[in-house]
Amino acid sequence: MQAAISQTYNYKVVRQFAIMTIVWGVVGMLVGVLIAAELIWPDMTLGIPWLSFGRLRPLHTNAVIFAFGGCALMGTSYYVVQRTCQIRLISDKLAAFHFWGWQLVIVLAAITLPLGYTQAKEYAELEWPIDVLITVVWVVYAIVFFGTVMKRKVAHIYVANWFYGAFIVTVAILHIVNSAAMPASFWKSYSAYAGVQDAMIQWWYGHNAVGFFLTAGFLGMMYYFVPKQAERPVYSYRLSVVHFWALIFTYMWAGPHHLHYTALPDWAQSLGMVFSLILLAPSWGGMINGMMTLSGAWHKLRDDPILKFLIVSLSFYGMSTFEGPLLSIKTVNGLAHYTDWIIGHVHSGALGWVAFITFGSMYYLIPRLYGQKQMYSVKLISLHFWIATIGVVLYIAALWISGVMQGLMWRAVNPDGTLTYSFVESVKASYPYWTIRLIGGTLFFVGMLVMTYNVIRTVRMGRAYDAPIPDMLPTHPDLKPQLKPIGLQPAHGD
Amino acid sequence: MESLWLLIPLSVMLAFIIGVLFWWAAGDGQFDDLEGPGERVLQDNDGTPESVHNKTA
Repeated sequence: MQAAISQTYNYKVVRQFAIMTIVWGVVGMLVGVLIAAELIWPDMTLGIPWLSFGRLRPLHTNAVIFAFGGCALMGTSYYVVQRTCQIRLISDKLAAFHFWGWQLVIVLAAITLPLGYTQAKEYAELEWPIDVLITVVWVVYAIVFFGTVMKRKVAHIYVANWFYGAFIVTVAILHIVNSAAMPASFWKSYSAYAGVQDAMIQWWYGHNAVGFFLTAGFLGMMYYFVPKQAERPVYSYRLSVVHFWALIFTYMWAGPHHLHYTALPDWAQSLGMVFSLILLAPSWGGMINGMMTLSGAWHKLRDDPILKFLIVSLSFYGMSTFEGPLLSIKTVNGLAHYTDWIIGHVHSGALGWVAFITFGSMYYLIPRLYGQKQMYSVKLISLHFWIATIGVVLYIAALWISGVMQGLMWRAVNPDGTLTYSFVESVKASYPYWTIRLIGGTLFFVGMLVMTYNVIRTVRMGRAYDAPIPDMLPTHPDLKPQLKPIGLQPAHGD
Repeated sequence: MESLWLLIPLSVMLAFIIGVLFWWAAGDGQFDDLEGPGERVLQDNDGTPESVHNKTA
């Protein structure tokens, strides 16, 4: 029994996370489309408080970041760590606890946020009992992931695992520090920090969540799935290692750029700006490394829609990591802050980078989890790619224009010193762009539905498949010292 | 800015831990071969065998 189990990888938990990535993607993006429509027709939900913008907006962000993105990261990290360490996860039970615990967190979020229970901290809205549950589940995740890395049969730890590892450790620290609160009742608590102190802690958390959840974790995905799908080694493995250490050493202090021109001391704001500018270097290093993986094989892009997803995601990564430092410059931020430009920036990262790399990776992964060679329909992947790409471009272009317009309207002053425009005039002027944004978002959601259909057909066509753990990989004699002298499990136990 | 009394020591501590990890990784030989690991990922055939496809029809 024991021998039989240890012969295959644990694909079950990967399958579970992969399927839930699709499910939560549909849910999260649907809520996004709904609130985009609410901006145009504020009365469309008939005044029902549970469906108001203020309550659904955190539901949207939590669903797409932590449910869709979270499940994608957790599923792929378990796949990558097993395949690159050549060993099964150290505990099936803990992995199962992790999966079900995380789904419980998501369901509790989906119930409590519309009911109005919130800590009112962006991307950390969930009340303290759910925060405690997240901590427990996260610790289990760390135990399973790092336990597996430690028991690896291959001496070298592949770079993707370093990125996933940094994501797991840092998010744990961020979550604990930022969610520290004094409970007043079961569904109400007060933050341990107050005023500008709270704001500083919140954006230290908030931006590092972008850096380690939405960047480092997905870079782990990129460093595995781009080379695999391209069937070429990453352009420079050396650069990928430099990318990792440079990114984690320099990321931590970008947060204050969210608090320009606030009560935060000037020096802290400038510090945040400088660190944000420095980040351009490792980010672009990684982007170029991922893209150049295709050098000499660019023709593959022509007819492989999965590669299209992966490579376009890297272009959006490059674009948003250029836009980010630009927006962190105080003078630029003075124009852009509180406008739609910021929402456009977030979505060029979230839709263009995070969702596209996830789509590409899932299209690679799902057939392999269900004993299939490829997805049910490659044409539908292509269709998804084009619908989604047009959707993102419409979305971010519309918000660039409305963002700059809003910024200019708010700062326009008459010769006598009074404001040229009232706030509501800028709202009125934004409607056409919000409509284009709704169209873009809807297209992106339709693409997600196309993917869902394709996944359902693929799953129906195949059956759950757990790959056997191969004997040690063939290696060049020079690479011998890479292998750890560890006894292998017998390959044929039963 | 009392919150910085928490965040700055935390960052310094983290940077220190990352430094130690880097030191360990170098000593462990993680950086000895910076070409091979990229190739080796591709040698791990994670495609599904034909026999599995056939079962499904």
